[in-house]
Amino acid sequence: MAVRMTGEVKIWQRRERGKQLAIWVGWLVSVAIFVYCWQLISEKTIWMFVNDAPRQAADLAERMIPPKWEYLDKLWIPLWDTLNIATLGTVMALILAVPIAFCAARNTTPSVLLVRPVALFIIVSSRSINSLVWALMLVTIIGPGVVAGILAIGFRSIGFCAKLLYEAIEEIDETQVEAITATGANRAQTLAFGIVPQIMPAFAGISIFRWDINIRESTVLGLVGAGGIGLQLDASISTLAWTQVSVILLAILATVIVSEWVSAKVRHAVI
Amino acid sequence: MLRLENLQKQYKTGDRALKGIDLVVPKGQVMALIGPSGAGKSTLIRCVNRLVDPTSGHVYLNDMDITHLGYRGLRVARRRMGMIFQEYALVERLTVMENVLSGRLGYVGFWRSYFRKFPQSDINEAFRLLERVGLDNMVDKRADELSGGQRQRVGIARALIQNPELLLVDEPTASLDPKTSRQIMRLISELCQERQLAAIINIHDVLLAEMFAKRIVGLKSGEIVYDGPPDGLSPEVLTTIYGEEDWTATIDHVDEEDLTEEERRERERLMKKSS
Repeated sequence: MAVRMTGEVKIWQRRERGKQLAIWVGWLVSVAIFVYCWQLISEKTIWMFVNDAPRQAADLAERMIPPKWEYLDKLWIPLWDTLNIATLGTVMALILAVPIAFCAARNTTPSVLLVRPVALFIIVSSRSINSLVWALMLVTIIGPGVVAGILAIGFRSIGFCAKLLYEAIEEIDETQVEAITATGANRAQTLAFGIVPQIMPAFAGISIFRWDINIRESTVLGLVGAGGIGLQLDASISTLAWTQVSVILLAILATVIVSEWVSAKVRHAVI
Repeated sequence: MLRLENLQKQYKTGDRALKGIDLVVPKGQVMALIGPSGAGKSTLIRCVNRLVDPTSGHVYLNDMDITHLGYRGLRVARRRMGMIFQEYALVERLTVMENVLSGRLGYVGFWRSYFRKFPQSDINEAFRLLERVGLDNMVDKRADELSGGQRQRVGIARALIQNPELLLVDEPTASLDPKTSRQIMRLISELCQERQLAAIINIHDVLLAEMFAKRIVGLKSGEIVYDGPPDGLSPEVLTTIYGEEDWTATIDHVDEEDLTEEERRERERLMKKSS
């Protein structure tokens, strides 16, 4: 881009001089803002509490040890609920996300002007609300329990799955679709033979990825009354039963590790 | 059998890809369509099966006007035209058998095709065709496991299982090595002869076109500038089609010592026939 002559020699630099200067000024401004913010936060911090932090943390840790292992017996059912919330929520989301994704993808949507914006709106609204917020609203509407949790996970995941899926649909190889169309196949057959095989790996990957995320999200849904192990967590924290809290945290950790392992295995097998 | 009348195509970008093409392809004729990139070769054959909709003009297949068919009529017309693609255009994640059987989609209902319950007669035909193109031991391989030449053979089988009257072939050898290119072209021309198929073959390689087609049509910026036998391709003609270049090597055909014994016989046979 930036080539200039110095006598006989052609000098090449990555950017023009003005552009390079602008980039340096940009860096300078960012550093200044960072320093200013640092100062602002320091002023508003109550240092007495912060200085106290190591002692408080040690105190909390002390109260959490030893974990009250007998409590584990009461956790199996909530843990099972948590897994079910994540799994059923993911399944529900996938069933609804597939048609939405096909409506949102530019190359498969029935109408770019009417249907596509609606599908995109559904995706954005589902994604913009955190599952904890979905759960809060659903607990108010249908009352506390596992169903609210499943729906909360499902609603939150629709947008995520549909978005990734419609991006995969838009990236397919169109000549394969053309070839199927050229045989005289109807629209449904073109979809089943030309498009679906191409997006299967993406679909499998997305489902497992979201299931993995949902297991972690569903562990906290109980905090707002939407079922699962979060209920026990909430109860233990509010009664200051820290030895129970540590058992719950360890149980969640173990579940997440297992789910990571399972999803890695499944992903490897499918793709 | 196939008749194009004043066929025109103007893309939304304003490019006039076809400027009034008149062309008749009789039954059983293998016709090579040559011309520089962007001459409108691909557009022309895509206008025939309406993967691209022509702007004006008519395409008649056995006196049926394809340009004004509705969705259903178009599907029925497409069944009678097999298409072979440049980069094979197989569905990569389906098996060889599924790819071949996808040529029958125009004849089979959705649920039958979805559960892969094709009629036994179709499956028999698929096995027969795979044997004919030399892939009968690859039935259950996935398309993305095959080599280029093998994939194009699957593409040929998929087009033929439609039981077409016309083959539309778009740069069948563009991504193949010289030997495989010849084998594929020979297979296509033999199959056309066996089944009395008409074919339009878009091809970049003038030598291959001369070897395997009895009629050559030269296209330049959307207009036909040559229509005649292979031996009519003089340096002047090639210059009109492609522009100024030294064409002597192309006119002299292939260097004789380059050919295998089999290919030499092939050429002699073709030459006798054309003279």
